[in-house]
Order: sequence, then C-alpha cells, then structure tokens
Amino acid sequence: MNLIRGFQTTFKHVLEEPVTIQYPEEMRPFKERFKGRHELKRYDNGLEKCIGCALCAAACPADAIWVEAAENTDEERFSPGERYAKTYEINMLRCIFCGYCEDACPTEAIVLTREHRLSFTDRRDAIYTKEMLIEAPTEGVEATPQQVEPGKYTRSIPDMEDAK
Amino acid sequence: MGVTSKLGNLGVVTTTLDQAVNWARTGAMWPLLFGLACCAIEYMSTQCSHYDLSRFGMELNRATPRQADLLIVSGRVTRKMAPVVRQLYDQMADPKWVISMGDCASCGGVYNNYAVVQGVDEIIPVDVYVAGCPPRPEQLLHGILTLHQKVQSETIADWA
Repeated sequence: MNLIRGFQTTFKHVLEEPVTIQYPEEMRPFKERFKGRHELKRYDNGLEKCIGCALCAAACPADAIWVEAAENTDEERFSPGERYAKTYEINMLRCIFCGYCEDACPTEAIVLTREHRLSFTDRRDAIYTKEMLIEAPTEGVEATPQQVEPGKYTRSIPDMEDAK
Repeated sequence: MGVTSKLGNLGVVTTTLDQAVNWARTGAMWPLLFGLACCAIEYMSTQCSHYDLSRFGMELNRATPRQADLLIVSGRVTRKMAPVVRQLYDQMADPKWVISMGDCASCGGVYNNYAVVQGVDEIIPVDVYVAGCPPRPEQLLHGILTLHQKVQSETIADWA
C-alpha cells in the first residue's frame, strides 16, 4: 500500500510538463530591475548627452569607468555646453552593474540596458570604448561632431523644448 | 610542430579528426564540483531544472579534479585559497579549461584589497571571462557557449 502511495508522487511528476527553458533559443523573462550592459544616450538632435563630468566614475564602487573630457567648439560639437567625453571606457569585468553611474549622471546620459551577453575570451575585449557604448543616432540625424551656429548650446543641460 | 610537421599536411584526415574530437569535447565537458562565493549559488541554479546544464552534457559535477575537464572559478579567490585553486588546476587532466565566472574571479571586482587575488588569471590560465556580479544563469550559459566556440576552433595541429 505504501509502495503505491510512494509511486503516486513519482508518476504525478512524470506527467508534468518539463520546466527547462531552452536558453539560447528561448529566454526566461528577466526581472524589471535587471541591469545589463551600459549605453550612452543621445538627444534627439544627435548630440551626446554625456558632458564628461566623470561623476559616474566618482560614484563607481568598483572603479570600472574611465572618463577623459575635452573642450567642445562650435565647429566640432559633441555635446551641449563646454565639455564632452573624449574617452569613455567601462571595464565590463570590473563593473558590478549596481547602477550608481545611472543615478549619479546629471544629464541621464548613461543607462543600463538589458543586454546580458557579456563573456570574453580575452580580458582586453572586456573594456568597452565610447564607440561601443554610444547609441546610434536616429535615422536622418547627423552624428557627432556636428558643426553648429555659435552660441546655441552654451549650457550643459540645454534649454531645448521637451529635451529627450 | 607536432603531427603536421612529422607527417606533412594531412588535410582531410586532421580536419575530420578535429571535428570528431571537438564534438566529443564540447559534448561532455564535466565541470569540477567547486564553488567559492555567491557566484556558486548562480552556478547551482544553472545546474537546476530551469536552466539544466545537462543539455550541454555537463550534468556531472565531478568532485575529484582527476575526472573534471572544466574548472569554473565561481567567486572571489582569496590569497589563502589561491594555492588550493592552483593545486586543483594542476591535478586536472589535460585537456582542461577554466571559466572565470563573475567580476571577483576575473579581476577582483569591488574587493580591491590585500586579501583577494586581483583576478584568478594571476595564478591559472583562463579561457573565458564571464562578466556580471553575480552573472545570471543565462550569462554563465553564454560563457559556456563561448567556451564551446573556442574549443571548436581548436585544431589537432596546435596540440599534437
């Protein structure tokens, strides 16, 4: 009798659907708050949001971010205001994906996306440069550096209507 | 070096043998039963039903390094643990591979201090680095697939 009762549990599980998710083909939905690879954002007019202030590097608990700023000119303008990030590197193997950089950023330039594929065969590949991190400009918009009329973008946080 | 220098270019023989050997190596790569820190928890859940490493022939966690092919360094390696990791690696039979799972194993992560080895590649050679703190099971699986790609690109001319 006990034998039958014991096997009842076994056979109940035989008929169940398998729970395995076939990873590379299908994915389990990630939690809302999952943080993955970073992305540097642009304004709608193609200018970079990052102004090279390096507050993200200061906030980073793992020292994963390296920012080097340079001066903007109206002939070669990367971002609104005086400075832009000439070098922006994140070491993905150092980053702990805490999102403090996102919180520290005054212009909401750096955002953690949901990209999770981050494995490297060489540790040098793990250093993501600015070219890899920055998002592509929307279609029909000129990429940076742009030539703009003097005196238009004097503030780091521009007075654009409904700045995005 | 090796087979090709002794016997000349064997062409179709070595390439077919490469395929067979690499198929066998990627099809049953037994990991060592070895966990160091919180990454090991994610590694355990990778082994469980939802992610199921046995789909890649890795369900058998060998408790002895003699029977293991893959060392997954899951967690920060302290200076006190470093000789143990090195010994485990030395005891594994060739061919052997190492995955450095997570930030701490890869470069010390946030533990930039005297007690933690700043990257396990200071003591053993690493094949694949997996970023994340800790990496999700998906990220570890992606690392394993990256390692499979790397193994598949190996050829007999390099090691025989």
